[in-house]
Amino acid sequence: MNSEVKNSICPNCSAEATKSELELTYKVCPKCDYHYPMASDERIKMIIDNGTFTEYDADLESSNPLNFPEYDEKLAKDKMLTGLKEAVVTGEGKINGYPTAFGVTDYRFRMGSMASVFGEKIVRCIERAIEKRFPVIIFSSSGGGARMQEGMLSLMQMAKTSAACMKLKEEGLLYIVVLASQSFAGVMASFASLGHIIIAEPGTRVGFTGERGRSSIRQELPEGFQTAEFMIERGMLDMVVHRKDLKKTLTDLLKFFS
Amino acid sequence: MEYRGLEFEEKIFEFEKRLAELKELASSFNTDLSAEIKAIEKQFLKEKKLFYLSLTPWQRVLISRDSQRPRSSDYINELIKDKVEMFGDRIYGDDPAIIGGIGTFRGYKVVFLGQEKGRDTKDRIAKNFGYMHPEGYRKALRLMKFAEKFGKPVISFVDTPGAAPGVEAELRGQPMAIGENLAVMSALKVPILSIVIGEGGSGGALGVGVSDKILMLENAIYCVCAPETCSQILWRSNDRAPEAAQAFKLTANELKKLGIIDEVIKEPLGGAHRDPKLAIKNVGQSIKRNLDELTSLDINELLERRYQKYREIGVLDL
Repeated sequence: MNSEVKNSICPNCSAEATKSELELTYKVCPKCDYHYPMASDERIKMIIDNGTFTEYDADLESSNPLNFPEYDEKLAKDKMLTGLKEAVVTGEGKINGYPTAFGVTDYRFRMGSMASVFGEKIVRCIERAIEKRFPVIIFSSSGGGARMQEGMLSLMQMAKTSAACMKLKEEGLLYIVVLASQSFAGVMASFASLGHIIIAEPGTRVGFTGERGRSSIRQELPEGFQTAEFMIERGMLDMVVHRKDLKKTLTDLLKFFS
Repeated sequence: MEYRGLEFEEKIFEFEKRLAELKELASSFNTDLSAEIKAIEKQFLKEKKLFYLSLTPWQRVLISRDSQRPRSSDYINELIKDKVEMFGDRIYGDDPAIIGGIGTFRGYKVVFLGQEKGRDTKDRIAKNFGYMHPEGYRKALRLMKFAEKFGKPVISFVDTPGAAPGVEAELRGQPMAIGENLAVMSALKVPILSIVIGEGGSGGALGVGVSDKILMLENAIYCVCAPETCSQILWRSNDRAPEAAQAFKLTANELKKLGIIDEVIKEPLGGAHRDPKLAIKNVGQSIKRNLDELTSLDINELLERRYQKYREIGVLDL
């Protein structure tokens, strides 16, 4: 695609960076350290050892169970643009040799929101991890929460994924969450807040109600509100880790619990 | 002030008023008109039943939010004896948008929870219109763990427009508080019953709603987000909320069909607020029947069933 050849303009400092520059920095602005959002395939490439990734349930595909207006078209569009079938990719692989089950939500597909297939993939991933005695690492870049177009089927995925997280913990297995770019609403209020350890990349926006949901309430916002740096001060996160150090941090944690 | 119903119920209320006037007038005549009046009443009842049977999802949304509907506290006060209310999350504060405590329900010693929207304006403001803050979810969590410790079933009444969206809620970790409740409730080692009595608003409802059985009043709703919010996000206007309500499948009967909830509790004709005593009686019967069933199960079987109940929710295109 043509757009890939074009240089990127940093939304934070407006510095221009070439594609190869950003490849070297894992999509971090060389000038101001802004962490660009990462697509699921980029994240897997960055974190999982080369050639060790096996995807789970790649064929599970979102449909339109409630016949919700305009949903078919939206799904078709996102599927075409991303090449994905749902807003989360799951699988297993190794991180510096440590086997782990792995999930990564993709903001490009319905804003990374959770619906039937999404929830099912997360739960199957966790259940496989229990079977294989793997730790689980989930990356959330979900700006959307429970996906509106699948109604209560979506909302109940919050309970379903949380129940699976609970099971994983009861099995004594490690669960790490990494919040990247953004994580809100139903995703944040379920599996993404349940990690034994919660890590965020710098600048990540974290919360329950996003800007759109808050538009009706006029309230003065504290400086840095809902950023990872703000949230760690409030005791909501364990660490804010720069993308270049993330794989090492995860490796250290996996090593400790192995 | 006399209750005049919702806008779409105008004809029903108007007719009821005229009927009452007619009866009064008839009583002043010498001729006996009781047969005629009975015939009119019978026909009216038929029409009325038909009217309430064919409500649109949006009309049910409006009924579910009606300020006259019985609140959690009405059910709790009527159904639970020897109540001791408990307060606070032991961390930050007490959240009046949820009440909780211990008491006896028809021979069962239970822990009860109830989301409270409040009644008059002052009361509604005090209860934040039923929007819970993190301390509310943590208060509920404390009581549920207490229930587990002492082996008492939990009865949770759900009625909220949603979890509090403001700055304060964020500062105190709203998503963490809700997420923790979902996880703990999914594995709590005592039976949990939830009853959606009015509005089951999104994650705010689910945060005290994960249970072995979800019961729902006939005119209650349970939805992923308010239809107005959906309309605004998808279509940039509030006007299409009725359409969103239709698309969501948020009524008790639709959710029963979808396998999301377990039981629809019948309401008095015209809604729970037209005959609160009867509504509360129906809810009581349903709670009793379900508690009998749940408490007879082995706890491991109960927990496995609960896990599978949520495990199976979702439509997969295979």
